[in-house]
Amino acid sequence: MSTSPSDPSDLRGAIDAGRRHHDMGGLDAGPVDRSQHALAPWEHKTDAILRLLADPKRGPVMRIDELRRGIEEMGPGVYDELSYYERWIGSIANILMEKGVLEAEALGAKIEAVQARHAAAPPRREGAGGGGNL
Amino acid sequence: MSAPAYPPGARVRVVERFPPGHIRTPHYCRGRVGRVERLCGRFPNPEKLAYGRGTDDVRALYRVRFRQRELWPDYAGPAEDTVEIEIYEHWLEDAS
Repeated sequence: MSTSPSDPSDLRGAIDAGRRHHDMGGLDAGPVDRSQHALAPWEHKTDAILRLLADPKRGPVMRIDELRRGIEEMGPGVYDELSYYERWIGSIANILMEKGVLEAEALGAKIEAVQARHAAAPPRREGAGGGGNL
Repeated sequence: MSAPAYPPGARVRVVERFPPGHIRTPHYCRGRVGRVERLCGRFPNPEKLAYGRGTDDVRALYRVRFRQRELWPDYAGPAEDTVEIEIYEHWLEDAS
């Protein structure tokens, strides 16, 4: 169904200005890719990190609602380019910086250190029993 | 905490409002009319939880049933086809 704002007969299009990018229900999406893929170790780890942060026993440190809000705030370009768990870890990092749990400088330094470590000794391939790459 | 405003069967219209921020009501149903199927319960307002507050702002959540043709004027399926959407009370207004 058309949602083109250029079509004056399209009521949905007329109010599209108020639709946020992630709110895609009803838009043309093309064919659905139903292929399955195994999750990489870092994706499992991202899921675990979020579950721990959202556990009420820990406050919670952050809520799923905040995770979603953080993903929505990435904006159209980044939102489309990142994979599912890339959106998660990006949102988690931003929300934790917002709350003062993480500092951008410390996170940046850690990322650089891990990159240097990987350059010196590339991580083992997925499924080879590795996964502790963070 | 007030009693739920809409009983099952009540005719309701989704508020046609487009504020910025984290919104749990899908864009495609705003301004559309449906009927309350049931009260799902009362939950903290997710539109505040998304910003790290609102745990004490409890809102009624309803399951609202819409005809597909109400949502999509060019819907080609049977007229009796419906879809149900969970919507918080502050996004509904009386359409009886």
